[in-house]
Amino acid sequence: MAILKSLIKKEALHIIRDKRTMVITLLMPLILLILFGFAISTEVNDVRIVAVTNQHNDMTRNILQRISSNSYFTFQGLVSPTEVDSLLRIGYTDAALFLKTDNGKISSQIIVDASNTNMAQTVTGYIQGILNDSSASNALTYTLYNPQMKSAYNFVPGILGMIFILICAIMTSVSIVREKETGTMDLLLISPIKPSTIILGKLIPYFLLSCLILATMLLMAYTLLGLPVSASIVSVVLVTLLYITLSLSIGLLVSTIVDTQLTALIVSAVMFMLPVIMLSGMIFPVDNMPIALQWISSIIPARWYIEAMRKLMIQQLEINHIAKEAAILSLMTAVLLIAAIRKFQLSAR
Amino acid sequence: MANNVEKVISVKNLTKRFGNFTAVDHISFDVSKGEIFGFLGANGAGKTTAMRMLCGLSRPSDGDGQVAGCDIISQSEMIKTRIGYMSQKFSLYANLTVEENLRLFATIYGMTDSRIKTAADNIFQELGMENLRRSYVKDIPVGWRQKLAFATATIHRPEVVFLDEPTGGVDPVTRRKFWELIYKASSDGMTVFVTTHYLDEAEYCNRISIMVDGKISALDSPAALKEKYHASTIDEVFRIVANDAKRNE
Repeated sequence: MAILKSLIKKEALHIIRDKRTMVITLLMPLILLILFGFAISTEVNDVRIVAVTNQHNDMTRNILQRISSNSYFTFQGLVSPTEVDSLLRIGYTDAALFLKTDNGKISSQIIVDASNTNMAQTVTGYIQGILNDSSASNALTYTLYNPQMKSAYNFVPGILGMIFILICAIMTSVSIVREKETGTMDLLLISPIKPSTIILGKLIPYFLLSCLILATMLLMAYTLLGLPVSASIVSVVLVTLLYITLSLSIGLLVSTIVDTQLTALIVSAVMFMLPVIMLSGMIFPVDNMPIALQWISSIIPARWYIEAMRKLMIQQLEINHIAKEAAILSLMTAVLLIAAIRKFQLSAR
Repeated sequence: MANNVEKVISVKNLTKRFGNFTAVDHISFDVSKGEIFGFLGANGAGKTTAMRMLCGLSRPSDGDGQVAGCDIISQSEMIKTRIGYMSQKFSLYANLTVEENLRLFATIYGMTDSRIKTAADNIFQELGMENLRRSYVKDIPVGWRQKLAFATATIHRPEVVFLDEPTGGVDPVTRRKFWELIYKASSDGMTVFVTTHYLDEAEYCNRISIMVDGKISALDSPAALKEKYHASTIDEVFRIVANDAKRNE
């Protein structure tokens, strides 16, 4: 026990004294959270729009009124039909709305700058929403779970999924491999310490560090980003602890396979970070992927973690709704951890 | 060596095979308490493999032996508590201070806090490192780091200390000073098992063995070996003995 304590202390001193790592470790989650939460936003704000009408009446006035009072739009005024093309071309405006009144009926046309497809789709949706609202036959639309369609906290599960791979897998593997490189691992292996104590001495400090980061991230998500607080927070923590353990196992496994810090970094980054970003559904929805990629994505732990987190954090579901994800993550953790410990003990022989 | 002297290391027909390759081929020797035993051989001769078996890190394919009163096959875990080990890289934690390194390894070898304190105080006084206690290992000169590594390997007063090329990459004066530490430990009754590439250092040993192609080709005191091979230095002896080596590096 005293041995384990001194190993943990040693590791903690290493983490704290390596200023650069420390700064990256603590700042990275915050920067990512702020970046994804505020800067990278899938919402479209401040859509500049012009309108063209053939006659003024209550109906057109009503529609234009709605547009100019809508916070998503900046209404730039009425223009003549011939001007629209050049205004869009020079980038003065993002969209033009044509309203034609014919025998007391309005027909409309939307022209939108689609050089950014996502934005064009969203803008069209907004305008159609306004047009529908003003006619009698509208479909009532409810957006559940995220009524304001805020993207700010939509990214929180993804960032968590990425950060823990970064901290646990990369930092743990690099720190173990560094000891192999400098030869201190030999000293530990030749000493009477059990291999399991060496492993715990490595895993516990990074586990604690991850818990600290989790606490910070959740605090920020629930205050700064305004994620609604609910009972599901307990499940969020539980599932995340499972995911942290899983990431630590990955780190341990990588460290038993590679021999240099650089390879450890590359293996962890290419094999684990990239798939998390590209294939886990963090940014690109899994359902839109080709079927082959969907298969690949199902072996990426982050995919299941992120799915579970979305259900818990954004849908605020009870823990029994994520039984499948939790089971898959537990299975992955068990397999990876056993493989890593086996491999480590073999290399200790 | 007289027969009544306690044998700290004793191996018979120790062999290690990796597939078809026999790294260590039936070696037998004894090392007495307090002896400084030089373990020489070219790269790839099987020194490291033999040493790993003696430290209980690697299981022999054949043969048996005792180190510090423990069987190297059945009691390899117990051996680990009774030996010290220092490798060529002076591997200590560079980001820890001198004192933290000492404490860490003393704790690993099961020493209590009060014993560690006394031992550490003694070491700092003996080595004259009092003012370096709180310096990071990465900031102190190589010569000091080496002394510290030796102190760390012996803080728990092991019966045998294994030194794997302890003086690699340092100047002759520092090496000479390091050997004074080895003599001191030996006169305190500690057995020293040392591998080296510097053949002038071999002259400082009580006895040396020269390994060639996994076998021990020569084993005696430096003086006796020089006489036997009609050589004036161990360097010459080594050339004569290792000349018929078949393995390449």
